[in-house]
Amino acid sequence: MSNVNKRLFKEKIAKVAMQVSGITITGSLFFIIGTILYKGIPYLSWDIISQVPKGGFYMGKEGGILNAILGSLYLATSSTILATLLGVPISVFLNVYVKSGSFLERSCKLLFDVLFGIPSIVYGAIAFSIMVWVGIRASLLGGIITITLLTIPIVVRTIDELLRTIPIDLKHVTFSLGATRWETAKICLKYIKPGVFTAILLAFGRAIGDVAGVLLTTGFSDNLPKYIDEPAATLPLAIFFQLSSPIPEVQGRAYASALVLTFIILVIVICTHLLASKQRKHKI
Amino acid sequence: MSWRLLKDKLIRQSFAAILILSLVVIAVILIGLGLKSIPLLRAEDLGTILTESVWSPLNGSFGFFPFIMGTVWVTFISLIIAVPLCILASTYLVEYADDALRKMVLPLVNVLAAIPPVLYGVWGVLFVVPFLSEYIAPIVGAETTGYTVFAGGIVLAVMIFPIMVSIMVEVLQTIPYELKAASLSLGATKWETIVKVILVKSRPGLVAAVVLGISRAFGETIAVLMVCGNIPQVPKSFFDAGYPLPALIANNFGEMMSIPLYDSALMFAALLLFTLIFGFNLISRIILNRLEGKA
Repeated sequence: MSNVNKRLFKEKIAKVAMQVSGITITGSLFFIIGTILYKGIPYLSWDIISQVPKGGFYMGKEGGILNAILGSLYLATSSTILATLLGVPISVFLNVYVKSGSFLERSCKLLFDVLFGIPSIVYGAIAFSIMVWVGIRASLLGGIITITLLTIPIVVRTIDELLRTIPIDLKHVTFSLGATRWETAKICLKYIKPGVFTAILLAFGRAIGDVAGVLLTTGFSDNLPKYIDEPAATLPLAIFFQLSSPIPEVQGRAYASALVLTFIILVIVICTHLLASKQRKHKI
Repeated sequence: MSWRLLKDKLIRQSFAAILILSLVVIAVILIGLGLKSIPLLRAEDLGTILTESVWSPLNGSFGFFPFIMGTVWVTFISLIIAVPLCILASTYLVEYADDALRKMVLPLVNVLAAIPPVLYGVWGVLFVVPFLSEYIAPIVGAETTGYTVFAGGIVLAVMIFPIMVSIMVEVLQTIPYELKAASLSLGATKWETIVKVILVKSRPGLVAAVVLGISRAFGETIAVLMVCGNIPQVPKSFFDAGYPLPALIANNFGEMMSIPLYDSALMFAALLLFTLIFGFNLISRIILNRLEGKA
């Protein structure tokens, strides 16, 4: 009997350990966001999000990070659009046009899965050397190209997972009615429409938060981004630079900038979540 | 009729072209990295580069050993923290938790995945680094600023939680009910069933999840760079500063142009990262695909 008790006791201990690990993992999310809120809110002001850096900004004087916010939005928006325009066709091609289960399909999907894990610093390093070789300097354009490369695998993978959930009957029915592959593809895309937006938002979130890719390719500028061939500031990089400053005011602004980025990311996450639940209910 | 077919054909060809274009870009990346690394490999042989510990580009010596060890240390520490926690938490979610709890926790874990690296870095600087130097280091009697491989490991551990938990949960869900039922009916407690049946059966999938975690940890740049001190030395303890490979690339790319072989050395670092991570990802994806096929 004591043996059984011992075993049941072990069971209890294990269960507590599991609950503690679960709480640690979920709790770390609130902890991170909480830390940023706690440190960032005192420094948050309208000036920070509505002004560009003025003279002496990095010494703790007037100014804001509007240049970085706009730069990041431009960069993330354009590269997300490009990645969608390139990624969705790749996914559709692999799922509708190529024979399912063929070597081409399987190896390409595996490749994009693997590329999904390649860190952005590698893309950044390569893009930088190519830019040096061709003779382009660090610019918004360089950043857009790098981030597009980074986000294509995200779009391809997410859309691919969605297309796989389409009942095979749907495809068979459209084919049997005499539809061409493109017409079937259009119906499939309609079927997963909310999901496509989820994929786009995921890519956007990754694009706006990336540092290592833009560090080398986009440069930094205190002006509002006007031309595509000029360096532009990005929000994560602004956080990074300001945080490494020894001046308390500048560090404070880094916390406030981090708060702005957190806010953008949370908005994206909430939209994604709403769209995902819409996808579950979505019927053609 | 023929217009529809023509349209279909045109679209097929343009889509195929886009696919080929993206494959070509990948090939260009790989070839470019290889070509750029050749000058360094010509100047010194691979073994020396990887095991030499003096990094002094001005004198033409490029020893990667400190950086490789920096990466290995932070990855190792993050795994010690993250692997047990993730296995326990995902087992709980699959075996004990009810649907409502699962539906609440898994999206939260996905939010963790959506947080940009730089915010993890900010958190590391604001919390982990001071916490280590003020509270943990005195306990073990170490003097440190807090900017250590330990801090890097903690930040990385939190960063790899989401990928490991989501994959482990998927893997654990593929275990057939009959196996559990058989074990439980023989009188095993639930925990014994988990340890002796479920975790054994799902080992390949769990390994794949860990390997994906490792490759994420290898490539993480900015968050680690912000907390780990960046001193090119071989770390000897948890409380030494380290200098991982990605941080090396990020910190030095701007100034590499004037020094001979420097750019080649950094491209070699990128090639090294690319190859390792590509290999790790490939292995774990193949394992996971196979599991998915069986289920």
